[in-house]
Amino acid sequence: MEMLALSHVQKHFGEKEVLKDVSFSVPEHTVFGFVGQNGVGKTTAMKMILGLLPVSGGEIRVNDVPVRYGNTPTNRFVGYLPDVPEFYSYMTPKEYLRFCGEISGMPSKEIVSRSDELLKLTGLGQEKRRIKGFSRGMKQRLGIAQALFNRPRLLICDEPTSALDPVGRKELLDILASVKEHTTVLFSTHILSDVEQICDEIALLHEGRIAVKGSLEEMRKRKKEAAMELEMERVEETKSLLSAFPFLKNAQGSTLVLEDAKRLPDILHFIADRKMAVVRMERQETALVDLFMEVVGK
Amino acid sequence: MKAFLRKEWMEWSRTGRLLILALVFTVFGIMNPALAKMTPWLMETLSDSLVDTGITTAEVTVTAMMSWSQFYKNFPIGLMIFVLMCSGSFTAEYEKGTLIPVVTKGLSRKRILAAKAVFLYGMWTALYFLCFGITYVYNAYFWDNGITGNLFFAAACTWLYGMWVIAFLVCFSVLGSGASQVLLGTGGIAMICFILGRFPKINAFLPGKLMEGMELLTKAVGREEYYAGAAVAFGMILLCMGAAAGCFDKKQL
Repeated sequence: MEMLALSHVQKHFGEKEVLKDVSFSVPEHTVFGFVGQNGVGKTTAMKMILGLLPVSGGEIRVNDVPVRYGNTPTNRFVGYLPDVPEFYSYMTPKEYLRFCGEISGMPSKEIVSRSDELLKLTGLGQEKRRIKGFSRGMKQRLGIAQALFNRPRLLICDEPTSALDPVGRKELLDILASVKEHTTVLFSTHILSDVEQICDEIALLHEGRIAVKGSLEEMRKRKKEAAMELEMERVEETKSLLSAFPFLKNAQGSTLVLEDAKRLPDILHFIADRKMAVVRMERQETALVDLFMEVVGK
Repeated sequence: MKAFLRKEWMEWSRTGRLLILALVFTVFGIMNPALAKMTPWLMETLSDSLVDTGITTAEVTVTAMMSWSQFYKNFPIGLMIFVLMCSGSFTAEYEKGTLIPVVTKGLSRKRILAAKAVFLYGMWTALYFLCFGITYVYNAYFWDNGITGNLFFAAACTWLYGMWVIAFLVCFSVLGSGASQVLLGTGGIAMICFILGRFPKINAFLPGKLMEGMELLTKAVGREEYYAGAAVAFGMILLCMGAAAGCFDKKQL
């Protein structure tokens, strides 16, 4: 079943067309990466899913219920972590979670146990201070606790890892991966290593449209064949390789890059025949970043 | 809604807003009889210098009426401080984005608006009657409140005027995005009402009429003179709340 479906969604602010035609769907129990450059419209799309912004065209459905601008009934299925979460600074984390539980209509006993569970999960269990003194990373942790508090069916996170240090980032990604069993996760990011680490499916937003979408495996298959790096010991040998195979690219020093891996056997024959000294030969790491660069045309 | 009311109480008590307003209204409550009590002494102290300028002072007899007159003079200042302190009640939440997690948890916007409005009306009522109560008790102790006419009716009228101003505060808080817009809007409406009140023909139909409590106390006019102004104020409160509820549902947070 699809937990979230966007169908031909458009959004313009006056003359400026931010989203031209965005369609994608998120199946239940997946971690879905919503990828795109800064300012491409990811936050706008997320705010429309939450009914915080009106759509200019198209339709959004959460759990098969249409989203309405303003008071949308679909928010009862949703947990949201904004990019810069802000809470009532005069409350302690425990008080804030109690408040979240109360507005969700949760029984008091459950509020206590759920608060303890989530504060422990996010490493805020011992925190007695008021939110006023919290760093951005701590607010992000509290943000994920409040977003998960009422066991949402869809968890929406807007660039959740951008403010975190490497340890915090790993912990947060682990939390997102661990909630997959009960919750569908949609998270926007421009950090591609995060996507590769936890996402099952991704959609790449570019120039107001979904440029690429599919499972991570499909994405990897779409990518061009990975290039090879060849480092020679002597500069003159590098030069002779370059003159024999002009399609090779001189990266730096005596390192050469072969983009078309099919030509590799010819080059290896050439090296073997002349007994050239090779320092290193390596297949370039295939990363989502290549696809991203290909799509954004850089 | 109960949870949101509790949150408002926490905000008022922990950010010091409650303490400041309680102090202001208590000081006003004490100041009204204190100034009246001090008037003969003040006149005596000033009489020598006033004689030099050709003004002679007679002996002043202080009554509860003098203290109540002070109460009605101080009332607009108290209301202004209240409005000033509460002008960011909604807008600070828009600016910080603190309402977003609340709304995205499925709490209806009407409940948020109702909780905030009820809390503001409640606090105004409590603070106003705190000030009134202090003045009343001191007046009863020093003099006699019995010489005043329609004391409680007059108090209810000024309270209703405050409620009318707060209704606009809530309405402009929903329409505007910053505290300055809220203050401009609310102040503008009060100013227009004040200017229109200069025209005797329409004065009786304006909520501003409710501020003229001293005329009720001195029995210069009857209660019925205030009914139209009270009905208009009540109707406008309902209209403001209806408009606020309609707009808040579509408000970009």
